Amino acid sequence: MSSVTQKKGFGAHVWDYLTTVDHKKIAIMYLAAGTLFFAIAGFEALLMRIQLMFPESTFISAGLFNELLTMHGTTMLFLAATPLLFAFMNAIVPLQIGARDVAFPFLNSLGFWLFFLGAIFLHLSFFLGGAPDAGWTSYASLSLYSPGHGIDFYILGLQISGAGTLISGINFIVTIITMRAPGMTFMRMPLFTWTSLVSSSLILFAFPPLTGGLFLMLVDRMFGANFFDHTMGGNTIIWEHLFWIFGHPEVYILVLPAFGLFSEIIPVFARKRLFGYSSMVFATILIGFLGFMVWAHHMFTVGLGSTANAIFAVATMAIAVPTGMKVFNWILTIWGGSIKVTVPMLYALGFIPSFVAGGVTGVMQATAPLDYQLHDSYFIVAHFHYVIVGGIVTALFGSAHFYWPIMFNRTLNHKLGVLTFWVFFIGFHLTFFLQHFLGLMGMPRRVFTYMGGQGWDLFNFISTIGAMMMGVGVVLLVVDVLLSIKSKPVNKRDYWGDGRSLEWAIETPLPFYNFKQTPLIRGYDPYWIEKEEGNKEGMVYAEPLGEIHMPNNSILPLVMSIGTFIAAFGALYSPWGDQVQAGTATGASPAVSLALIIGGLGLTIACMIIRSVKDDLGFHVTVKEIEKIEADLAHYRATGKKGGNK
Amino acid sequence: MDLNQKFTPQTWPKHPEQATLEGKNKIVGLWIFLASDTVLFASVFATYIALKDHGPAGMTFAAKDLYELPLAFIMTMLLLTSSLTSVYAMYHMKNYNYSGVRTWMGITVLLGLGFLALEIYEFQHYVHIGFGYTQSAFSSAFFTLVGMHGIHVIIGLIWISGLIFRNSKRGLNLYNAPKFFAASLYWHFIDVVWVFIFTVVYLMGVLG
Repeated sequence: MSSVTQKKGFGAHVWDYLTTVDHKKIAIMYLAAGTLFFAIAGFEALLMRIQLMFPESTFISAGLFNELLTMHGTTMLFLAATPLLFAFMNAIVPLQIGARDVAFPFLNSLGFWLFFLGAIFLHLSFFLGGAPDAGWTSYASLSLYSPGHGIDFYILGLQISGAGTLISGINFIVTIITMRAPGMTFMRMPLFTWTSLVSSSLILFAFPPLTGGLFLMLVDRMFGANFFDHTMGGNTIIWEHLFWIFGHPEVYILVLPAFGLFSEIIPVFARKRLFGYSSMVFATILIGFLGFMVWAHHMFTVGLGSTANAIFAVATMAIAVPTGMKVFNWILTIWGGSIKVTVPMLYALGFIPSFVAGGVTGVMQATAPLDYQLHDSYFIVAHFHYVIVGGIVTALFGSAHFYWPIMFNRTLNHKLGVLTFWVFFIGFHLTFFLQHFLGLMGMPRRVFTYMGGQGWDLFNFISTIGAMMMGVGVVLLVVDVLLSIKSKPVNKRDYWGDGRSLEWAIETPLPFYNFKQTPLIRGYDPYWIEKEEGNKEGMVYAEPLGEIHMPNNSILPLVMSIGTFIAAFGALYSPWGDQVQAGTATGASPAVSLALIIGGLGLTIACMIIRSVKDDLGFHVTVKEIEKIEADLAHYRATGKKGGNK
Repeated sequence: MDLNQKFTPQTWPKHPEQATLEGKNKIVGLWIFLASDTVLFASVFATYIALKDHGPAGMTFAAKDLYELPLAFIMTMLLLTSSLTSVYAMYHMKNYNYSGVRTWMGITVLLGLGFLALEIYEFQHYVHIGFGYTQSAFSSAFFTLVGMHGIHVIIGLIWISGLIFRNSKRGLNLYNAPKFFAASLYWHFIDVVWVFIFTVVYLMGVLG
């Protein structure tokens, strides 16, 4: 029920979050988990930068450096950026389309717990004999022969969390297709919903190749199969193809929702309708489509032949066109607007030049002959950090400020936010701008140290200083978040005063059923239309006040995920594994290994059977209960006291 | 949704699987899931094609000599027929005839079991002649592709028989109609994948 109207003990709160199927609470869990892994991966990056601060430094060993760089990349992409974007998708998309929840609330919860337990599993590697050390791409020729269990943790952890991501992706596609409020046609959907839809479709088609590739690697390493072992007729290039068929769309999976978030932020603070809405939608779909046509540009140096390289080079350059459309549309939205420079807008303004810089270096690398020079150098590192930090992380930080009032009914501090932005933004450019030149001067990526006197010393030193500034920026943001707990509740709709889409039309704190009546959508920017017509009540409604059907909470998603977690340990310690048989890794006895696999999967399957056999029809909130909840919320907004209108 | 709502063939909706929002979500969701499963199979198909006949130096197994077309043909016929019987079941579901649904879904399960038994026999035969999972890249790819399909068949069988047993007493309603429909859709998908396996693995294999 509504968290405002009932007082509960701590245990009840914990239980509530473990069993919740409410998209708003799952969003908060994604946000917390994503922030945790973001901090861990950021810390790993700092350790690497400190090691590279001076030539021939001995701060950390080569082996540990390999583990850190692998875990940094893997964690940032799979366990930080993805869940943080899912946090905003969960919190905002159902509100933007006027839905009470997502299409499959149970699967929403399952997706979160699978992701979270997969992530925990991966990180346990640090304590159980060493983390994966073959880079986030984990090329088979390297990872197949990596001693210990590190790579096994990578395979199984990503397999579990990848399943969670796929489930969430399917959920969002169905939600956006079937749950839109009356009048919310496709071409009236806010851009963030559009990009979430396209990004979820990319998840749908990109994650299965990863699942397939990881499975092949799993049976190769743990059960004696021979997909990548060339002495047995295998072929390691298969892994590279499968990985990049996933890996390249993954970039767009992350960056498209970031584009969507900026497309929400910019019109609000430029106080102008988004310029070129239809072309934005078209560009989003085109980027999603072309994203699947370009994976081999990561493999120009593999030797696929000049014809293949030429085709993939041209396809890659073609992506610059829809991306450029988007950049121009954002600029033209700002152009002539009545601009308010708030913290989210600062991030948006910082994003445009940073991302364009990252995009332009991308087109440089698309030129296959030049890529032979740039490949595996720091130029590549600089390029993808410009795209990911300049594009995605700025979007996440900006949207945190932007959507905090809706998600938490609190605000992040403006002054601290501005300070955070400048520290982080300057630190970011300091870190990565010089790395372009380090790459052009020949410094290879993924090396744990370098010789002095090659002209790299100063740039590496400055780069590390920049990384520390980024670290300070993140700490400032966390402080801001902690301070927000004690800040004054917002208790109103449309915190920024210029909200345009549906999520701003609803008063915070939100009741658990979102809109008490499904709103009627009368055009693009529906809330703006209502405001222009002088509607003080938010929206007009498509239905009379009536019973609301809501889903039941369930602990099964958590138990199912724990089942896969247990089974993963069984596979990890398989006595048939290559490394176990070679004596470089510990294995369990066949009985223990099989018992864990069968027991774990059995637990998961048992939960699935319970779920299908037990009818779960949800519950109905009666009109009387709705009126009581609304009255309690109004009482809370007016007096700040919980516990109802006595 | 009221589970106790009684229907007659006259009041039963024309598309019972999409009569409720939950049902509609289930069907759309399953279609979308099948799209992603297609990509998973495509990846493994590509791997199989790349690794066909590849093994350690001096390997004597080749697809040309290994596969038995008559067996694969019988398996194909069993699975294709089971798809047809699940269509009959859906026909009866639309006419609000639960015993028809139960009978034809039951026959679907039996045919599926027949297919599975032949597949297990085939696998056992290959292992017996030395073509085990770890023998070569070719054997790993073959067992992974065909075995993955076999696991899909097992899941489908458990799913459909579970539905029959769970609903044997209470008959059809708007809550379980989408579930039957979804299971049948999944079963068709398995069938379509098998058509590709028959073509790519067996027919193209025998051609050499």
